[in-house]
Amino acid sequence: MNERRAAFWLGVRALLPMHLGVMPFGVIYGIVALQSGIPPLVAVLMSSIVFAGSAQFLLAQLVGLGAPALLMIGAAGLVNLRHALYSASVAPALEHLPRRWKLLLAYFLTDEAYAAAIPHLLASPRSRFAHWILLGAGFALWAGWQIATIVGVVLGAGLPTDWSLDFALPLTFIAIVVPLLTDRRRIAVALIAGALAVLLAGMPYRLGLFCAALGALLLAGLLPGKAGR
Amino acid sequence: MNLWFVLVGSGLITFAIRLSFIAMAGRYQPPSWFVVLLPFVPIAALTALIAPDLLLVASQLSFGLNNPRFWAGLVAIAVAAWRKNILLTIGCGFVALWAIQALQ
Repeated sequence: MNERRAAFWLGVRALLPMHLGVMPFGVIYGIVALQSGIPPLVAVLMSSIVFAGSAQFLLAQLVGLGAPALLMIGAAGLVNLRHALYSASVAPALEHLPRRWKLLLAYFLTDEAYAAAIPHLLASPRSRFAHWILLGAGFALWAGWQIATIVGVVLGAGLPTDWSLDFALPLTFIAIVVPLLTDRRRIAVALIAGALAVLLAGMPYRLGLFCAALGALLLAGLLPGKAGR
Repeated sequence: MNLWFVLVGSGLITFAIRLSFIAMAGRYQPPSWFVVLLPFVPIAALTALIAPDLLLVASQLSFGLNNPRFWAGLVAIAVAAWRKNILLTIGCGFVALWAIQALQ
């Protein structure tokens, strides 16, 4: 029990610094959603039903533009396509779990929770409590995101938002990725992914992110060097 | 009514994407060339998230003082390589960002 609790809190702690960037993002989402004409209740529920920051921003924009419903759902899917890579990445560590755990952890599988948990999953892939780390990170993000959304919906545009706090997210991701760059091949993958992401940044629905990650991954298979870890 | 349809539909499609490979684990074995690439997923995906934030200003590559995020990002990368400390990396990155913003 203690090991489970320790793993859960490890996940929570790994995620907490990201709240610096996530909270303002969530507050702004709440404000933007109301401005697009989404009712407060739907705006708040979207944060728990869709639970995906960039997709929610896009949906708010598209609702404001009066886009067709199916197009909006398709757009949300495209924005979140990169999560399929996360799903593939964590799947081996979750294989032994009962279905209810898989469903719960899939619901929590966001950019931030994945980033917070993956160094630990890579470091000890056979840990019996790895899923508790992902649960802790996912729950911490979820709770912060709900609170931020409600604050944005309730307090509206009266909040100061220009401290560049959103920069906390790329900074946290840097702190997570750099220690993973342990050999030339990994550095090459990072450089390729970064270059592709910049080249493809103009693609709609943030598809550039997914294509850049997938492209760098496939090129990694062609690079010389020993495969895998 | 339409909005509720969008809400539930977007939630379901997002959940299905996140569940995809997790649900298949154990029942379907992905090809081995794909499995050996999985350790590179965090590097490829997270770097793809970071790079445009650091390098683009209004969709243009920018390495000047008008792009403080690039320089603050370099500081953060150096700090992260030096000490594997997340809070230290974030702290140094913000100090660098605000310092460069103050210079402008």
